[in-house]
Formats: sequence, structure tokens, C-alpha cells
Amino acid sequence: MNTLKLVRLVAWGSIAVLTAAMLYLLLAPKPDGGSGVASIGGPFRLAAADGSIVESERLKGRPFALFFGFTHCPEVCPTAMFELSEALKDVGPAAADLKAYFVSVDPERDTPEVLATYLSNFNPSFIGLTGTHDQIASAATGLGVFFEKHEGSAATGYLVDHTASVMVLDREGRLRLVLPFETPAEDIASDLTQLLK
Amino acid sequence: MTRIRIPVRAELRASAVALLAVFAVPSFAHDYRAGDLLIDHPWSRATPGGAKVAGGFMTIRNNGKDVDRLVGGTFDASGIVEIHEMKMDGGVMKMRALEKGLEIKPGQAVELKPGSYHIMFIELKRPLKEGESVKGELVFEKAGRVPVEYKIENLGAKSGSEHHGGHGAPKS
Repeated sequence: MNTLKLVRLVAWGSIAVLTAAMLYLLLAPKPDGGSGVASIGGPFRLAAADGSIVESERLKGRPFALFFGFTHCPEVCPTAMFELSEALKDVGPAAADLKAYFVSVDPERDTPEVLATYLSNFNPSFIGLTGTHDQIASAATGLGVFFEKHEGSAATGYLVDHTASVMVLDREGRLRLVLPFETPAEDIASDLTQLLK
Repeated sequence: MTRIRIPVRAELRASAVALLAVFAVPSFAHDYRAGDLLIDHPWSRATPGGAKVAGGFMTIRNNGKDVDRLVGGTFDASGIVEIHEMKMDGGVMKMRALEKGLEIKPGQAVELKPGSYHIMFIELKRPLKEGESVKGELVFEKAGRVPVEYKIENLGAKSGSEHHGGHGAPKS
């Protein structure tokens, strides 16, 4: 009796596990090409101002930097973008190999066009990305980036708390650098130079 | 002796004036007095195109015996002004409006600076350009309304009248 019960339990248990595994394989985003290294960065699929879709899978082969912010951010976002653009100047010609993306955590107000205008002041090569809340959240959580909307005053409407670090991924799409807010441009430059070698 | 002293003094005075003209004008540390409050060097940053907000910074010293409070203000280039606090919490930037304003205790100098307290200019009517001055007002609970001028610094300035030697300012 007990053995039968156990067998039945094991059988149903296996079915449950198998079903879950099947569902995961069917529904979950495809993992990266089987490098054996846990893929932290992504996957994500976001829209740029020129109408193109930027997919994390397709970014492999070149290192890239991601910063999550919003244009209604008075200080941290412009500062981080400014420092990154200064760092890229210090890196020199090799910087052309690094793609830098500003991912909006405020898709309601930041259209791809608003982002493009905003970023052109820092570095013409910076690309603004946006998408649905879920698409952005997927990109953010994949990198350990936090963001949360909260009510502001009647004037501000709302504000968004967000991680202020620049995340840099290597050619294999692995998260390699987390540059906290206020990292000096010189230090960013030396880290990036190393990564671009 | 006396004959010599007079022209020397005059020359000294003239050179002092010339020196002032040369050095004081570019870095122009400007301050404002309102009762017991001393407001030192209000400044802001050039804004990237499309930006709808900016931060205002300064140091406010209370030389009096009573607590005062910065409760609001105006800014010619923006529709709305609020007093905000920003802090970094485990790498996350958090910003909140200070509903009751910013308290300035007697004998205290409160610094409004990037990464901390700031005046938030909301609904910018136009981009702020480096080198210009923008008029505004600060409103204190006790000291009342104080007209000030904000100096607009470089987009990447971390403190007022900072010069970025070697690093070119981005095009705006």
C-alpha cells in the first residue's frame, strides 16, 4: 500500500516537474549560446529612436554599456551621462567599439525621440532605448538594476527611483563592470580601456 | 617721503581695482543677505536638450538665533520650483520633495548641492545655457522673499564656478 502510494507520488511528481520544465523551455526566453557562463545581462528587446529594435542577443561581439534613467531626472542622469561621455573621450579611438545605451525607466514620458534629443548633448553615439514597462523591467532585473515609480507632487507628477550605476557587459554579453554613481571619469576610462583590449 | 607715498598709494589702488576687474569677474562669487541669512552663490547647470527639469544649488548660512526654513521660490526659466532631497541608497537614486521645506538651524550652513538637497526647477521653459544668469527668488518662512540670480555652469559641473580643465564641454 505504502509502496503504491510512493510510486504514485513519484509518478505525479515527475509529471509535474516535466510539465514545468517543458513550459519553461517553451515560454522562457532562450538562454545564451551555451557558453556555460550564467547569462546575467538580459535578455532584452527595446526600441531606439531610429525605429530599430535593440536585442541583447544581437549585441554580442562588442562590449556595451547600459544606464537606466529618465529625462525628468535633474541631476544623477545628466551627471552619469556626462561622466561616461568624458570617459569615452579619454579612452580615445577604441571607444568607437563600445555601444552606450540609456534605457528609460519612464517610458510614459520618454519617447525614443525625446531620448535622442536628450542624449545628443552628451555624445552623438549614445542611444536611447525604451519599451513597455515589462520589457524595461526584464532588462533591468536581468542586470540587478532597480527602478520604482513613486508619487511626486502635483507639479512633478511622479518621480522614479532607480539604480544610478552604469552597467558594462563584455563581448560575450556578461556583466563585467558596475560603475557606481560618481565614479571619476578617469577610472571609468581605465576600466573601459581594459575591457576593450 | 610724503610726495612719493601718494602716487604709490594711488597706483596700488589702481592695481587693486585692475586685479579685481581681472579676477573677480570671471569667477564672480556672488552672495545675498536677507536678515540673518547669507545665501552664497546660487548656481545651476546647463541642461541637455529636451530636459524638463534642472537643479538649483547654493549654500545658505543662518547667522541668527532663530530657525528659518526655505519653503519655496521662483525661477524665471521654469514654471514651478520645489525643494527636494536626493540620496543614494545602495546604488539607487531616491528623490523626494520636502513638503515642509528645508530647515536652516541657527549657526548652521546648509549646502544645496548635487547628490543632496536641491531646488528642483520643474517645467523648464527653455534649456539653460552655460555662462548665463537666470533670475529667481527664494522664499523663506521668516526672511521672506529674496531675489537671487543663478549662474549657469557647465553641464557636468559638480560645484559652482568649477572649471573643467582638459575636458571640453559637450556641445549644447
